[in-house]
Amino acid sequence: MLDRAGLDSLDGLYSDVPEDVLFKGEFDLPDAMTEMEVRRRFEEIASMNFPLKVFCGAGAYDHYSPAAIQTVISRSEFLTSYTPYQAEVSQGTLRYIFEFQTMMARLTGMDCANASMYDGPTSAAEAAMMMAACTKRKRRVLLSETLLPQVIETVGTYCRFHGIEITVIPHNDRTSDLQAAEAELEKGDAAGMVVPGINRYGIIEDLSGFADAVHRTGALLTVYSDPSSLAVVRCPGEWGADIACGDAQTLGLPLNFGGPYAGFLCCRQGFVRKLPGRIVGETVDADGKRAYVLTLQAREQHIRREKATSNICSNQSLMALYATVYLSLMGSEGLRRVNELSYGGAHYLYSRLLETGMFYKLNDKPFLKEFVLHSKIPPETLQKALLDAGFFAALSCGEDDLVSFCVTEKRTKEEMDGLVDVVNQIRHEVLR
Amino acid sequence: MKYYDKLIFELSKEDRNGFSLPENDWQETPENIPAVLRRAVPPDLPQVSEPDAVRHYVNLSNMNFGVDTGFYPLGSCTMKYNPKICEETAAHPGFSGLHPLQPASTVQGALRIYDELSRFLCSLTGMAAFTLNPFAGAHGELTGLMIMRSWHISRGDLKRTRIIVPDSAHGTNPASAAVCGLEVVQVRSTPQGIIDVEALKPLLDDRVAGIMMTNPNTLGLFETEIHEIEASVHAAGGLLYYDGANMNALLGKVRPGDMGFDIMHLNLHKTFSTPHGGGGPGSGPVGVAAHLKHLLPSPAVHCRGGFLTVEDQPEGAGRVSGFMGNFSVLLKAYTYILMLGKQNVRKVGPYAVLSANYIKESLKDCFRLPVPALCKHEFVFDGLSSGQENSVTTLDVAKRLLDYGFHAPTIYFPLLFHQSIMIEPTETESKETLDAFIDAMRSIAAEAATDPDILRSAPHATPVRRPDETLAATRPKLVE
Repeated sequence: MLDRAGLDSLDGLYSDVPEDVLFKGEFDLPDAMTEMEVRRRFEEIASMNFPLKVFCGAGAYDHYSPAAIQTVISRSEFLTSYTPYQAEVSQGTLRYIFEFQTMMARLTGMDCANASMYDGPTSAAEAAMMMAACTKRKRRVLLSETLLPQVIETVGTYCRFHGIEITVIPHNDRTSDLQAAEAELEKGDAAGMVVPGINRYGIIEDLSGFADAVHRTGALLTVYSDPSSLAVVRCPGEWGADIACGDAQTLGLPLNFGGPYAGFLCCRQGFVRKLPGRIVGETVDADGKRAYVLTLQAREQHIRREKATSNICSNQSLMALYATVYLSLMGSEGLRRVNELSYGGAHYLYSRLLETGMFYKLNDKPFLKEFVLHSKIPPETLQKALLDAGFFAALSCGEDDLVSFCVTEKRTKEEMDGLVDVVNQIRHEVLR
Repeated sequence: MKYYDKLIFELSKEDRNGFSLPENDWQETPENIPAVLRRAVPPDLPQVSEPDAVRHYVNLSNMNFGVDTGFYPLGSCTMKYNPKICEETAAHPGFSGLHPLQPASTVQGALRIYDELSRFLCSLTGMAAFTLNPFAGAHGELTGLMIMRSWHISRGDLKRTRIIVPDSAHGTNPASAAVCGLEVVQVRSTPQGIIDVEALKPLLDDRVAGIMMTNPNTLGLFETEIHEIEASVHAAGGLLYYDGANMNALLGKVRPGDMGFDIMHLNLHKTFSTPHGGGGPGSGPVGVAAHLKHLLPSPAVHCRGGFLTVEDQPEGAGRVSGFMGNFSVLLKAYTYILMLGKQNVRKVGPYAVLSANYIKESLKDCFRLPVPALCKHEFVFDGLSSGQENSVTTLDVAKRLLDYGFHAPTIYFPLLFHQSIMIEPTETESKETLDAFIDAMRSIAAEAATDPDILRSAPHATPVRRPDETLAATRPKLVE
C-alpha cells in the first residue's frame, strides 16, 4: 500500500506537517487492554456507583421500558448507520423518523415535528430562537419561572449569545403568572413565551388565557411538556400553543446518568420552514413506490450555512427510535396506565408523608407524579437519612425547606412504605 | 436489503398492545385532575402486539445500510468500525440506572469515567481541560464559540464579533457562528486547496474574535501554513478554534494544542468510534487551553482531594445541556481508548491516512483529482475524468456504487468543486475491502463510457430507487 502511495514509510504520510508539531512524547494513557481486562475495569469502576431507588425527577424520570425496545435499537443496521442522506439505503431510518414525527405531533396536538433535538433544555432554546425568527422580533423572549431550572439556564445561555433578551416571569403561587406575562407582552417587543405543561414543582399548570394573551400581541406560545403525561393531561395543541418542545426521556428512555435522551420540537404547519434540524417527508421513488427522504433541507446548515435556521446536524436519532418503539408497544392505553400508576403512587406517598407531620403542603394545586413539600426536617438531614436507606428522594428545590419527590410506575407500595418508615425514624429522633 | 412497505400505524388493531404493567390498585386516579387540565381525546397511537412491533422494526432495519453491513467511505464522517465491547460496557447496569442528579458520593464511578476520559482527551490533543457536556459536533462548535466570545467579553473587548471561516469549512461552522451571534467572514482557499494566508491577513483586525479551522481541511489537506496563521491570528488578538471533525487523520501523530489552537471540539462518534446511530446520539467534547479553563460550561467535574464533585462554573460560558452530555456515549469512547492503549493509538492516524492515499492513487486515472498532493484521512475527486460528455454526474456514480454493495461517499461537498466526491476510508478496513471498492469504482468509470444509462438510472438493486425529492419538498407530507 505504501508503494502505491509512492512512499517508503508511514512517517512519509506526514511529510507535509511541520516537524515541530509532530508528537514525539508519550501519551498519558493506559496500556492496551484485552476485553477481559476492560470488563474487570468496568466492574471495578461500576462498584463505585450506588444505584438507588429513584424518587426524584427534576427533568429525568425512572419509567419502565418494555424489553423488546433493546432488541430493536441494538440492530446494527440502525446503530451503525449515518444520517440518512442516501435515501435508497436508509429507508429504515427514514421510516422510523417519519413515524416518530407522526407520534410526537399526535401526542402534542401539533401539525408536524422534526427528527429530534439533543435534549429538552436545548429543544426549548431552539424554540426560543425559532419564535424570534418566526415573528422577526429578535429582542426578547419571556420564560415562566416555573420551567425546570436547567431549561431556564440553557435557554438563557443560547439567547444571551444569540442576542435575545430573556425575561423570567416570576411565579404566582408556584404556577405561571398570566397577569405578569400580559404586562410584559403589552410592551410589544416579545417574540413569544415559553411555559411548562407540568412545572418544576410537579404542578399541572392551568394555561388558560396564555395563548390569547400571547397572540394578541403578535407573539407566539411554546409549551414545554413531559410527553408521557400527554396521554392524560391537556396537550400543547389544546392550550393553543404554536410550538411544543420537551424531552422524550419520559418515553421509557433509561436514566443513563443524564443521557442520551432526545429532545422534541413540534409546531403548527405555518412555521414548518423555520423548524430546525432534520425533517423526513414522504414521496415516491422512480418506480412509483412509497419512499421517504430528508426534506425541506433549504433550512439546514449543510445547504444554508450561516443563514440556516439552526446549526444542529447530528441529533439523537437512535433515541428517537427508542421513543418510537416505546410508543408503538405502549399505545395510548399503555401510556394512560403508566400515568394512572404514577399518579396513584405519587398521591399515596404524598398523603403518607403529610401524615408523618414532618411536612406541610406547598398549596392545593393538582400534580401528576412529582410534588414538592415544605420539610420540617432540614433537607440535608432528610436526604442523608434516605440515602443511607437506599432512596434517592427529597431533592432540594433551591429554596430553604422545599423538597421534591417523584413516583413512577416502577415504584412499589413497599418501597414507599419503606421511605415513610425512614421519615418516621427521623421524627422519633427529632422528638427525642 | 428487501423492500418492506408498512408504517407501524398500518399494523394497528383495536385493543392490541405490547406492554406488561401491573394492575392499578391505587385509590387516587388521574380522573381526579380538574377537567380543564385533562386531555379531551386520547392520542391516536398504534395498537400493536410485541411480535408485530418487533417484526416491523426488524423489517425496517433490513432496508438500512450500516458500517456492520459494509464499507462506508463517507467523507468527513469517519465511519470506522464500532467495536462491540463498547456497546457491552455502555449498557452496564451499574451506570444505566443512575439518575443525573444523584449526590456525588453515590456516583463516584460515573464521575471517574468523566474525569479520566477528559484527561485521556487532554493527553491526545494537547489541551488543558475538556467538557464532555456537548451532545454533538455542532453543539461542541457552538459551545467552543461561546467560550471564545466569553473570553473577549471577560476582558472588556466587546467589539470582537466577527469570526473567520474558510470557504472549505463544514456547513456547521458558519451556522454555529450565526447561532452564537458572530458575523461570518469567509476566507478563500488557494488553488492548492489550503487557506490563502495573504487573503487572511487583511481580515485580521480588532473586530475579529478568532478563526475556525479544520486541519486537515475538508479536502483532506494539511494546512501547511499553520504556524503563520497561528502567529497572525494571535498577534491580532484573535483565538484559534479547531474543528475536530477531521481529527482522525492526526490521532496519535499531531495534537491541536501543539499547533497553537486555543479551543477545539472532538466528535467521539467519529474519531473515537462510537456508532452514529442513524444521526446520533453523538458527543462533541470541547477542549481548551489553560487560560480558558474557567470559561468551560456548567456543570463541570472537579477533583477535590480525591473526591469527585459536580460544580457550576461561576465564570463559565453558561449551561448548554440539561445534564452532563450523552453519558453512555462517553462510556463507549472510554472503552475504545482502553482497548487501543497508548501504543496502538499512534497507529490510528497513520493507518487512516495510508488507506486514503492508497485509494486516491489507485483511482486518480479514472477520476479527476483537482489537488494532486499527499492527502490525509480523506481526499476529494472532482467527478469522473471522462464520461461527463455522457452527462454522467457525481450523483450517478454515487448511486451506482450502492448497486455494488458499498455506501456512497460524501458528494457535492466541499463546495469548492462542482462534482465533489469525498472519500474517507478510515483505518479499520482491510486491504481486501479497499481493493474491492477500488475495483467497483473502476468498473463504474468504465460503465460511464460504455453504458451511461445504467449509471443515470442507478441504483437498481436497492429497496427503493431514486426518490422524487422535488415532490417531497413541494407537497410536504411530514406526518401520517
